[in-house]
Amino acid sequence: MLTTKTFFRKTKRGNIFKIVREHYLRDDIWCGSELCNKCLHKNRDVILSNENPGAKSSSFPFPYYLVLDTNIVLDQINILEENTLCNVIIVQTVLEEVRHRSSNVYKKLKDIIGDPKRKFYIFINEHHKETYIEREPGEKVNDRNDRAIRVATKWYNKHLGLSQTRKEDKHNIKVILLTDDTNNKELAVKDGLYAATMQEYVSSLEDGTLLLDKLCKQSYALEGENKEPLFPLHRTPAELHEGIKRGKLLQGTFLASRENFLEGSVNVEGFEKFVLVQGRVGLNRAVDGDIVALELLSEDQWSAPSDIVLQDEEEDPGDILEEEKELIKQKSIPSTEKTPTGIIVGIIRRKWRQYCGILQPSSVKGNTRHLFVPAERKIPKVRIETRQSETLSKQRIIVAIDSWPRNSRYPLGHFVRALGNIGDKETENEVLLLEHDVPHSRFSDAVLSFLPKLPWVITESDVAQRVDLRHLDICSVDPPGCTDIDDALHCRDLENGNLEVGVHIADVSHFIRPGTALDDEAALRATTVYLVDKRIDMVPELLSSNLCSLRGNEERFAFSCIWEMDHDANVIEKKFCKSIIRSRQAMTYEEAQLKIDDKTQKDAIAFSLRRLNELAKKLKKRRMDNGALVLASPEIRFQVDSETHDPIDVEAKKLRETNAMVEEFMLLANITVAQKIVAEFPECAMLRRHPEPPQTNFEPLIKAGKHQGFIINTNSGKELAKSLEEAQKRDNPYFNTMLRILATRCMMQAVYFVSGMLHPNEFYHYGLACPIYTHFTSPIRRYADVIVHRLLAVSISADATYPDLLDKRKNHALCHNLNYRNRMAQYAGRASVALNTHLFFREKVQNEEGYILFVRKNALQILIPKYGLEGTLYLSKKGETSAVNFIYDEEDHSQKCGNIVFHSFDPVTVQLSLDRSNVQHEKLVFKLVKPEIPGFSIPDQNTESVADQPTTPKVRGKRKSNQNQKQSRSSKKK
Amino acid sequence: MLEGDQDQEEDQGGLRNDGRRAAELRKIRVRMGVFGQADGSAYLEQGNTKILVAVYGPHQPRGSAARAGGKNVGGIINCQYSTAVFSFSAGERKRRPRGDRKSIEKSLQLRRAMESIIQLDLYPRSQIDVFVEVLQIDGSEYCVAVNAATLALIDAGIPIKDYAIGCTASLIDSTSKNDEDSSHAAGVVDATYMEECSPGATLSIIALPGSSNDATKGLVVVAQGAGQRLHLSRLEALRNRALCGCRDIRNILDRAVRQHLTVHSQPSFSTLHVID
Ligand SMILES: [Zn+2]
Repeated sequence: MLTTKTFFRKTKRGNIFKIVREHYLRDDIWCGSELCNKCLHKNRDVILSNENPGAKSSSFPFPYYLVLDTNIVLDQINILEENTLCNVIIVQTVLEEVRHRSSNVYKKLKDIIGDPKRKFYIFINEHHKETYIEREPGEKVNDRNDRAIRVATKWYNKHLGLSQTRKEDKHNIKVILLTDDTNNKELAVKDGLYAATMQEYVSSLEDGTLLLDKLCKQSYALEGENKEPLFPLHRTPAELHEGIKRGKLLQGTFLASRENFLEGSVNVEGFEKFVLVQGRVGLNRAVDGDIVALELLSEDQWSAPSDIVLQDEEEDPGDILEEEKELIKQKSIPSTEKTPTGIIVGIIRRKWRQYCGILQPSSVKGNTRHLFVPAERKIPKVRIETRQSETLSKQRIIVAIDSWPRNSRYPLGHFVRALGNIGDKETENEVLLLEHDVPHSRFSDAVLSFLPKLPWVITESDVAQRVDLRHLDICSVDPPGCTDIDDALHCRDLENGNLEVGVHIADVSHFIRPGTALDDEAALRATTVYLVDKRIDMVPELLSSNLCSLRGNEERFAFSCIWEMDHDANVIEKKFCKSIIRSRQAMTYEEAQLKIDDKTQKDAIAFSLRRLNELAKKLKKRRMDNGALVLASPEIRFQVDSETHDPIDVEAKKLRETNAMVEEFMLLANITVAQKIVAEFPECAMLRRHPEPPQTNFEPLIKAGKHQGFIINTNSGKELAKSLEEAQKRDNPYFNTMLRILATRCMMQAVYFVSGMLHPNEFYHYGLACPIYTHFTSPIRRYADVIVHRLLAVSISADATYPDLLDKRKNHALCHNLNYRNRMAQYAGRASVALNTHLFFREKVQNEEGYILFVRKNALQILIPKYGLEGTLYLSKKGETSAVNFIYDEEDHSQKCGNIVFHSFDPVTVQLSLDRSNVQHEKLVFKLVKPEIPGFSIPDQNTESVADQPTTPKVRGKRKSNQNQKQSRSSKKK
Repeated sequence: MLEGDQDQEEDQGGLRNDGRRAAELRKIRVRMGVFGQADGSAYLEQGNTKILVAVYGPHQPRGSAARAGGKNVGGIINCQYSTAVFSFSAGERKRRPRGDRKSIEKSLQLRRAMESIIQLDLYPRSQIDVFVEVLQIDGSEYCVAVNAATLALIDAGIPIKDYAIGCTASLIDSTSKNDEDSSHAAGVVDATYMEECSPGATLSIIALPGSSNDATKGLVVVAQGAGQRLHLSRLEALRNRALCGCRDIRNILDRAVRQHLTVHSQPSFSTLHVID
């Protein structure tokens, strides 16, 4: 049977086209129920079971299947994720609506459908000849879809009835429609269907009490009388659309202020400055990240960002607006400080996600209504209902926002799950991962099903397809304790007097086949994330630490890049091949260094390493002459107690010659591969670029240098590199490092991109000073490298291509995700360092030598070289008046107090301690000890610890954390 | 973000976007002898791709063909492939109906296909004109044009060795998972415009499915797809899929022709007839 779908499409230019598509209806779509004897379905398509299909419900005392309305899936996904609801029919109409409305919920739903225990069946109602319906004239799309869902429900009831011959009707399986749409429910009941809202349904369940906490909250009943709503109405989508089109309204992303919860700004495209929004009415229920529509106020109503720190106070004040006055009754603002100001009149798209936080302690016992305080300061508190506040009050929990009605001071939400006790290392790590959107759940069975079966053996055909390099003396050099070894090296003499150098990279793309669940998961994760005491793998451990890892004395598959070089490190020839290797030894940097330095060692590996080291020095010199930058960032390494995982000592990292050696060959391999794939696939090669920063970025660096008597030339990377090299101070050996740290801060982020999206001029990698670059050498922990491996494999005909690999648009989207995850992984890594720093300083008050990294308006940024630790020393707090006044010189970037002047790079002594007053925001406090400023600096107690804490770390069970170190190598490469 | 056609496929229970299974053709509608003026004509719809073909001849060679024809002993076939400016179902308009590079290329390919089935030695120093007018495009238009041209030749009473049948096979899934269940992995036949636009490659295959057991005989393969590469390992499966489609189309057209001939004992005459 055939029907035609006609619809109209509007193009970007505003033309309207009629689109006609065929839509075939079938009679071979089956119901998927075990009890049915009418359908000809195959056994594996039977999903809905016959016996006890639904949870016991007092409202529906008979066996049943559930049909879900779209709104149930979208809003109540947290309930669906619980195992209580089974034997559920998802009609195609709903699935498609969900897919269009929320990719996040869609993914969760697909995970549930994929779980065979849950028995979720997809019914293709839109192509079934008895359940397809036409949209009636004047009928809205939504109404039509609601009707389609009801028609499908009705069909199921009738269809199942045909096969059910049990005498008593109450034993027959019925189908119940769950919908939170009152209208749809009424119509369903009128149609003679069973229907219920999620709340009604969950309440009727025998063991549904805990599910009640997870109900989505859409309405808020006030205690007491009806008051005026607190917020103005949002305009309708049609009004917003019209307003934006006419230019009366602006569209942008709302960014809440961290300091003041009644202030924020909107980033409007095409506006140089952010538009300020203030007050409850101005913000009008926007939450950080939302896309909002904004009305710009006339210039005389413009305002300036307030300088008050305003935190939402502890107790729930009810739904009244008090402190608003404080904000508005500011001193009159000088017109020079006025900035474009607007009010938010509507929300275009909510960007709500799930938030980590804690319950606000409640004074009333047994109350089910609670306030949730998110860890992220920019997010407002959330009203939730829970019956387990006793237990939850000590825990970190996750909450989702459901709605924000006009009469509620706070948004409404529901409890999703608990993470664990506040202050636990595990819980805090979990919070950190969630807040940085790092996917870290266990790998699903679907993902694991694509792993090779053990024992894994190399077969004859493997050998036939690969170049056998097992005879070569290959070795790997990595940080201590590294288990995911992606690279190994070799060097040997050729008969013609030249050298053969090989870089061998784990052949991850051999194990991760495109399009598998394993591949999808790796693409989603994009990178392995290294925390101080934990590693969140991109691929399952079997691959990352075993089959892919190029371990010593084990035969492994590799992707090899082999050069013929002369003794001056000039490349004469290069080739790529898939190979089999056997690394002779997996060494640490230290071991490799010892081997090179110990002249008595004369084995092949030692020879190989020495040659590589010599070549690397030449390569590096050439790179430096080209203008590559040597940047620095303070990095901490923790020594972690092997049992408690608590940090017991902190030190800044050291680098050895061998680090540079490995790095040099990885750079060479990456560049060589980049050239190859871009030549082969000019449109869709995945590359990495590092844009040159705009000159304004360098201002702080230039000023800091100038004050110390150095001219920093930033016209080009080469000149910058030269200036940095020459800026040395004999009396302050750390000066040059600090200057390089400052230079790092001026840089842009390096990003992945698809070659076809940019002009070749823009491929340039500023930091490395090379015209083209990519990532090839770490496929175990970076997904970009996997793609690059596949491209390279296709270009040497070692592997098959597949459509997505060469799809420019899809790869562009993939790059977006890779860049996002990379950034988040970096932030998560830093947050983890901060967390461990706090743990380390928990019971300590310590004096340390440091330097001023730079001078700010009200603070000094201090660097402690011993720990590679950086922090802020506040000279004055906002709103506080201090006995000592500092005078800030903007030109000079200095702070002056009496005859003491602070400049960048000046040495200071500071006292470090931990401020634990806010459970969710512990912070390290820096206090000035030297130079002494009476009334500001604190006396030099010169004590190591206040509490009875052993000052020497335990020796037993000491283990160095290496994850961070591994990352440091990679961060150098960016 | 990374969701794709694979999700779509799963959500549809293995059905394609329009509700067909991988090896199912679109609905075919045939009308033969639609013009009294022409010696033979046919109108063919495969789904929303609608094509009209008129055949004139055999007649004395005209124009450049006549001048060049002196050396030619056999007959000449002249094909003109043109596309109506309003034909795109997606809404864009074509700038010119014919004469552009693509139309010329298609005319040439069409001529090759026609030459392989017409017994040209029966028409020494004669010319046969085949005019193709694509009225509406929704994928596979070149293949449909070949099918319609074959019907028009039959309508004109020109003896042919076999039906020249075109069918597309398109790889629309984004994956190469080796799951025997996923019937899309071998490609889908009779692709719509949307399916042709999906990232996979599309093959247009013209075959003479009835002529011999060797299905590869007289095969014309035209690959299209936005700069896509098709790995050799997938070609075989894709070609077989298309050949299956060709055979199905041939059977449907053959039935339509026989029915047409029984209803009208004489070809190319009188009113329209619809065969569903
Ligand atoms: Zn059935």
